[in-house]
Amino acid sequence: MAAILSLHEAVTQFVNDGDTVALEGFTHLIPTAAGHELIRQKKKDLTLVRMTPDLIYDQLIGAGCAKRLIFSWGGNPGVGSLHRLRDAVERQWPQPLEIEEHSHADLANAYVAGASGLPFAVLRAYAGSDLPKVNPLIKSVTCPFTGEVLAAVPAVRPDVTVIHAQKADRKGNVLLWGILGVQKEAALAAKRCIVTVEEIVDDLKAPMNACVLPTWALSAVCLVPGGAHPSYAHGYYERDNRFYQAWDAIARDREGFTAWIDEYIHGTRDFGEFKSKLAHVAETNK
Amino acid sequence: MNYSTSEMMTVAAARRLKNGAVCFVGIGLPSKAANLARLTSSPDVVLIYESGPIGAKPDVLPLSIGDGELAETADTVVSTSEIFRYWLQGGRVDVGFLGAAQVDRFGNINTTVVGDYHHPKVRLPGAGGAPEIAGSAKEVLIILKQSPRTFVNKLDFLTSVGHGEGGDARKRLGLPGAGPVGIITDLCIMEPEAGTHEFVVTTLHPGVTREQVIAATGWDVRFADTVANSDAPSEYELNALRDLEARTAAAHGQTPGEA
Repeated sequence: MAAILSLHEAVTQFVNDGDTVALEGFTHLIPTAAGHELIRQKKKDLTLVRMTPDLIYDQLIGAGCAKRLIFSWGGNPGVGSLHRLRDAVERQWPQPLEIEEHSHADLANAYVAGASGLPFAVLRAYAGSDLPKVNPLIKSVTCPFTGEVLAAVPAVRPDVTVIHAQKADRKGNVLLWGILGVQKEAALAAKRCIVTVEEIVDDLKAPMNACVLPTWALSAVCLVPGGAHPSYAHGYYERDNRFYQAWDAIARDREGFTAWIDEYIHGTRDFGEFKSKLAHVAETNK
Repeated sequence: MNYSTSEMMTVAAARRLKNGAVCFVGIGLPSKAANLARLTSSPDVVLIYESGPIGAKPDVLPLSIGDGELAETADTVVSTSEIFRYWLQGGRVDVGFLGAAQVDRFGNINTTVVGDYHHPKVRLPGAGGAPEIAGSAKEVLIILKQSPRTFVNKLDFLTSVGHGEGGDARKRLGLPGAGPVGIITDLCIMEPEAGTHEFVVTTLHPGVTREQVIAATGWDVRFADTVANSDAPSEYELNALRDLEARTAAAHGQTPGEA
């Protein structure tokens, strides 16, 4: 059974320094609030897994929480580079960041393998690509039936996966819909799973075959309305494209970034306070 | 009607998508061209995005690969793992439509780094879905602006394979798809030469000279024996493209042409 906890309690209880942590969400339902809480609690030496590290991983990397990044596409979608990721890779700031780089198909399959309790994933991939030359974990396996040589990659088994979803019921069953990315696979591949949700309701009223994660497969459910901002939650709020654009300037230099983290993350008690602060500043700047 | 070279590029790329084709679409220029095709010559083109939507019919261009608009207008939305496993690797994609940071004469693509991998001059976003799209789609179209920085003699990193080192490289690598069949730029269209699979210029856009193409290419670019000329964008194509860009800009709060 998932415990219904505050996000602060869930992160304290289920995320340790040095853990392998996956915060998934493919453009939609990105668990931003949870990323902020990892920074607030000054988690360190994390191995971060995510197919599409975007703003939240830029924040975690720049804030010094990460020692290793496992990923397949790292950018600010529709805007450009992640400046903190690039600074870490190109100039080792604020600390060296090991990178382990895959393709989307590879990581998606690796999550499936993790959720399936398998040690590795097999897929038709990488023939002719340089990626296996720089990632020794990309290996090959020969099909025992046809002799075809296929790519073999290790399963992703995070210590903790964090996802954001639309709804939970009071027992902690979770319902999510819209673009689901690899959230279900990432949740089931992990030893522990925290889900932040937009609302907690009496009855999920989930249609048959809907994507429901049962409470007994989860560790904690946390009520964090707006917790995916600046990404979106289908049926609740839209993507804040302006924040993605604004992030480019905030993260461009170290001083500006650090000041932002100090003021907006360390300077706020939780995501609710963070949101109020953002809204207040937006109002003042009008 | 007057038009820009970018508009010519998008229109030329859109014309290459056959009606009814199942197209795996990258974000940015490929998405714009694929949606223009859907709104003009190929209304039944099926657009698949790696975030999960199959048969997306967005009214405005997505800013990110997983915009809600894609899900709302799709025939179905599946998980990202299903997209790559059942639909792409399963052999159901006719055309992979890709962008690139660098491309070489054999249509190999770099989206990973400029400079050395371990000490990069510029760290680019990385592979995303492209390596397997390039491998498994029945054929691949590449769209990008042409310059000596993007059309390079040697890639800094080979992220997604085109025709490898040329010739029958794809067959030797055991890749199921035919690989890139066209590179569409703001100056011209290149297609692989039979046998060598080196990309040669087969079509020049109106008003573009061979010298311009040579100056914008980092290798000793060759021209096909017969070089055709693209038709200028029609009023119908341009209006559809400009309306799409205007709707997109209004929806995302951008200036037209930015998306």
